[in-house]
Amino acid sequence: MSTPARTANAPSKALLEKIFRTAYKIRVFETEGIKLYRQGLIRGYFHPYLGQEGIATGVCAALSEGDYIASTHRGHGHCIAWGADVKRMVAELLQKETGYCKGYGGSMHIADISVGNLGANGIVGAGTPLGVGAALAAQIRGSDAVTVTFTSDGGSNNGTFLESLNLAAIWNLNFILVIENNQYAVSTRIEESTREQDLYKRGIAIGVPSFQVDGNDPIAVHDLTREAVELCRAGKGPVLIEAKTFRHMGHHVNDPGKYMPEDQLAYYKARDPVDRARAALLDMGGAKAQEIAAIEAEIAAEFESAVEFSKASSEVTPEAFREFAVGY
Amino acid sequence: MAMREIMYRDALREAIDEEMARNPTVFIIGEGIAERGGSYKVTEGLLAKYGPKRVRDTPIAEAGMIGVGVGAAIAGARPIVEILYVDFAMLGMDMIVNQAAKFRLMTGGNGRVPFIMRTQGGAGGGVAAQHSQSLEALFYHIPGLRVVMPSTPSDAKGLLKYALRQEDPVMFLEHKHLYMTKGLVPDGEHIIEFGKADIKRPGKDVTLIAWSNMVPTTLAAAEELAAQGIDAEVIDPRTLVPLDKKTILDSVAKTKRAVIVQEANRRGGVASDICSIIQEELFYDLDAPVSIVAGLDIPIPFNLTLEKASVPQKQDVVAAARRVLHADPIELAAE
Repeated sequence: MSTPARTANAPSKALLEKIFRTAYKIRVFETEGIKLYRQGLIRGYFHPYLGQEGIATGVCAALSEGDYIASTHRGHGHCIAWGADVKRMVAELLQKETGYCKGYGGSMHIADISVGNLGANGIVGAGTPLGVGAALAAQIRGSDAVTVTFTSDGGSNNGTFLESLNLAAIWNLNFILVIENNQYAVSTRIEESTREQDLYKRGIAIGVPSFQVDGNDPIAVHDLTREAVELCRAGKGPVLIEAKTFRHMGHHVNDPGKYMPEDQLAYYKARDPVDRARAALLDMGGAKAQEIAAIEAEIAAEFESAVEFSKASSEVTPEAFREFAVGY
Repeated sequence: MAMREIMYRDALREAIDEEMARNPTVFIIGEGIAERGGSYKVTEGLLAKYGPKRVRDTPIAEAGMIGVGVGAAIAGARPIVEILYVDFAMLGMDMIVNQAAKFRLMTGGNGRVPFIMRTQGGAGGGVAAQHSQSLEALFYHIPGLRVVMPSTPSDAKGLLKYALRQEDPVMFLEHKHLYMTKGLVPDGEHIIEFGKADIKRPGKDVTLIAWSNMVPTTLAAAEELAAQGIDAEVIDPRTLVPLDKKTILDSVAKTKRAVIVQEANRRGGVASDICSIIQEELFYDLDAPVSIVAGLDIPIPFNLTLEKASVPQKQDVVAAARRVLHADPIELAAE
């Protein structure tokens, strides 16, 4: 691994604010979403991104309009970091027609092709070939757009990981594969699934520039992603980034996560990515406590109004659904 | 319209060539398809004409290349992924079944996947159990996929051109025995919409329904039946999804007798589904039970005599047609 030099210039206040807003918005979305789930308003599966906010936040802040992302089953954070409308996300979780997928997709399938969000995915590892495909489409169009696929330690053990990263490598695609190494595949610890636990080394084996970063440090993730984007645009892609992190709870809302050691959880909670984003905005960005409080209040209100909007929305009717099904 | 006689593989190449010239986002990837021109020479010359950006060889990574094709389609390109044998497509089934087929619904209709997998199946030539299957029923079963099985050069060209202009994932299933067959193909723009069956031979006594390589077998059977005074109508659905039920039902309503011929093994096959459609719609018009001629429910053996015994032959079709016509005396069981 070669670690690129930290960006020479200190991050601007605008960037730090953007990063804090995103990380905090994800935190609110997941925390409040879990409450809605417990009230029975959200059904099906809900895989919280709590504890991993630093990765989606840092990565997406380094991307531009026209780029693509492909996400995972734990995808709310990626959507929010990509700039998704919280109203339409909540509406999707509440099965409403005003949701991103009209309630046809749900938590694991939120996508918005019109802005390059290729979608969350219910199949672990499946976003990797899809992302490489988007990068290939961009190359064929002659565009310098970059595609990021978020995958995980779990996803990196799927066969498509090697097949698609290798294709991206031989074709020099503008593709960045971000392994969110949260150290668990559902409940299976990484020590049980992998002998070499530094997963970035898998990229080196197939000739891909590969890096490791503290996934709980959104600024570091941002800086590294920016370097990765530059490498891609200089024709040196694809790039692999392993971001180490830890979930704050079990695999999904109904998994108490009792298998997660308390001391390890405490270690990562002490390095909470949202707290670090807030501290960075305060210390490096020179923001005042009132500014932070105002941002937090604004985001909380945005979520509340998204819930109101969603509750007031209608569902697709069975008649309209049957019409949709014609010709399938 | 002026016509030319060309081979099935040349017709496929013309379709790809014309659509690549027309739309710069059409590209093709597969094993040995660039410099080598493909195992069946379908892509010969395309590398020289369109360059290595749009005509690419891949490593042996079916799940990866099918997935990359699906992703490129989602992102607005028009990929053709060539898989050497339909048997090998099994390595990419997650990408076909869970990704390509589901995407449109999961996105509430906003996301479309104009992805084409071209591959070939079928028995013949002693290529044994892992290179001989007819797997259309697997794809037919999955909502969201289009299943296309052309039997002639003209259909191959017209359907592939249509496939490259529509918006859904297409399983374009060719047959290894058809590549060198010849047929007339219209000059100029030639496009065949999905969901339009073709009456390959009009007749009045019995309806024979067949697709892919079973069409030539069934047409040969129809000629033999004609010599016996039986006038068979042969219908080729051409696309199994969408299925042109109307043309099939109109024909059976007229002849009151139907035989469905598929190379695939019988259990859970497309023929069984077409049979159920006919009996549900036309039960009281039928003069005989609908008959299915299909492969044996067993993997295809290498030995060429046994291989032949495991898939339908002309005489099986002739016998089935005579049976539904009650053309032969009934043999009573001995006491």
